[in-house]
Amino acid sequence: MNDPNSRTSERVTAVQKVFESQGIPPEEKLKPLNQRISTLRGEIDGLINQKSAHKAAVALGELWRTEAGPAAAAFVTSRFERLRDRLPLVPYHVAILRSFTVEPVVPLLRGAAFCLGVDLSVSVGDFNAYSQEILDAESLAYSSAVNAVVLAVQTTDIAPDLWNQFAGMSAGEVEDAIRRVSGSLQHWMRALRKRSQAPFIVHNLEQPLRPNLGVLDSQRETSLAEAIQRINQEVRRCAREIRGMYILDYDALVARRGRLRWHDDRNWLMARLPIAADQFVHLASEWLRFLVPLAGRSAKALVVDLDNTLWGGIVGEEGITGIKLGAEYPGAAYQALQRALLDLTRKGILLAVCSKNNLDDAMEVLEKHPDMLLRPKHFAAMRISWNDKVQGLREIASELNIGIDSLAFLDDNPFEREQVRASLPEVTVIDLPKDPFQYAAAIRDHPVFERLSLSAEDQQRTAFYSQQRERDQAEQNFQSKEDFFRFLEQEAEIAPVSPATLARVAQLTQKTNQFNVTTRRYGEQQIAELAAKPGSQVLSIRVRDRFGDHGLVGVAITCDRDETCEIDGFLLSCRVIGRTVETALLAHLTESAARRGCKQLIGWFLPTKKNAPAREFYRQHGFELAKQNGDGSLWSLDLTQRKIASPEWIKVSMTNGGED
Amino acid sequence: MASDLFGVPANQISNASSPETIEAWDSVQHLNLVLALEQKFNLQLSPEEIEQMKSIGDVTQLIEGKLQVTPS
Repeated sequence: MNDPNSRTSERVTAVQKVFESQGIPPEEKLKPLNQRISTLRGEIDGLINQKSAHKAAVALGELWRTEAGPAAAAFVTSRFERLRDRLPLVPYHVAILRSFTVEPVVPLLRGAAFCLGVDLSVSVGDFNAYSQEILDAESLAYSSAVNAVVLAVQTTDIAPDLWNQFAGMSAGEVEDAIRRVSGSLQHWMRALRKRSQAPFIVHNLEQPLRPNLGVLDSQRETSLAEAIQRINQEVRRCAREIRGMYILDYDALVARRGRLRWHDDRNWLMARLPIAADQFVHLASEWLRFLVPLAGRSAKALVVDLDNTLWGGIVGEEGITGIKLGAEYPGAAYQALQRALLDLTRKGILLAVCSKNNLDDAMEVLEKHPDMLLRPKHFAAMRISWNDKVQGLREIASELNIGIDSLAFLDDNPFEREQVRASLPEVTVIDLPKDPFQYAAAIRDHPVFERLSLSAEDQQRTAFYSQQRERDQAEQNFQSKEDFFRFLEQEAEIAPVSPATLARVAQLTQKTNQFNVTTRRYGEQQIAELAAKPGSQVLSIRVRDRFGDHGLVGVAITCDRDETCEIDGFLLSCRVIGRTVETALLAHLTESAARRGCKQLIGWFLPTKKNAPAREFYRQHGFELAKQNGDGSLWSLDLTQRKIASPEWIKVSMTNGGED
Repeated sequence: MASDLFGVPANQISNASSPETIEAWDSVQHLNLVLALEQKFNLQLSPEEIEQMKSIGDVTQLIEGKLQVTPS
């Protein structure tokens, strides 16, 4: 199924496509792959010199997919560094604390990150000094530049007795070792969290390739395998209790790649590098499954094609009974993909359709085909017509109220993929393998679909969007906005942040780009600290209307100083923009600030590329411009003179006591 | 390949280039060079061979020698 020849030919076509899109003469295409890669390198440098940054980035991505290795990593990284100022790259800095050599993996990590739109800086801790570095507040782990910390420790280093001498250990000694090792790991997790709010990614412990006692290991009261499992369980439990702790299942990674192939004794003995060279890229990918979403490069919606993507064949030609879809070969591959897509919706990722098709043919399959796992209700938007897909993607982004850079695109047709890449370079284009049986894996392996935590809102997001469609249809029946608002029967519930809402509040500060006056991003830990600080408040707002529950959609953070209350953050999910909910929340802020004895309410508007919807917010609500500088504008409202009325059509309630 | 790994233009690399003349050629890059060569030419280098690699000329000679002994 996956023979090397077919993979090579796939690579050849991948490279070919780049050449075609750049008008390379056909005779060039006949040269062997190696030669073509070196030509491709020349082409990339040509594109960089011509200042075609986006085309160069696409070609670099192709080169990386063609030969991900040390030399390509150095090339890709150096070229992206030259393009840095001309591409929308997200800077991110990770510190890797480790018990083994990871340096040769770092260039691959950086190269792969660049291809995913992340300009990753990597600091590596001293060899086997992870413990001191966690406990030393001056170490690189706590540098203010560092965004996230990885702890890469392997079983042989942290539990040498279990690893090497298990055969000679008594039951009591084994218990002690389990307690000692899981205790140390938990101690380090707590110590790091005490000194830093950065996300902490901890490798769990891997199982040995060969247990010291052979098959006897499984017969013992406590086997080595079980001892390691118990340590891992303890560490997992501890991570769930501390905010921003994430377990990287290193044991599962090694198992997935194959324990025998993962390890390399020569590298280990010569360079304290336990991993075989051809596996480096997989360790780098696993790190990126955490770092890419942490850096904010995650897709909010996946736009899919229909024919030969969700099912095999072309419904317009073969009809609903002719297409391939079902539990058996060959339709099973498409069902497996649909299952992967369904799992994305459970993580809060929206699905949308963009297909060149006859609407009736396509809808018949979506609604009636007995083996479809995805139905119209699973799609937040649909564009089924003969129109251009680039235009379709633009429309879908605006209908869903998300940025183009939050879209991913899945299409079996390389031509469509190239078109989208060329016209909308900010869209994440998924490279589908030739074989439909690998489609599902391509989705499951892609880091832009990873989520590190889930809120209740995430799980219901698809339902939110279908309610939104009903709302939009209803709105068209009303003459005035006010009539529509009255019809909506909105209810807002304002509450101080609580342990139950902490994750969602932090998530909103991280993800809200449009209606956001300061765009200050906070982690859960920081929100908890803000909420506990005397004089400051972190409020959340939930909104419900006759069509359904929007969930927790807004956050306001204020801070009192003397008789002035400053708005540190004020943001609203795009789902409720334009429904006067912002006025209700602001009215509550003015009222409660006045009640606390504040004489004025002030707030900065800090412009970004995306927050234009909030630009007039303060002015429209009667604030006066107090100051303006390079960062933005400061607005002020005299609370002794002015009041803001809450819109009569929203029923507002305060819960959990609040300040009352 | 050496130009990529060490970040030095190809025209500044000669057979005489060595860790003494190329600043970025440290122990980590040496390991990277070994791994890149093994991947590129699909061969395994022994610890003795790795120690022999003291200049670009040594590397070229070593790889050419190995490719002739075991043509693939």
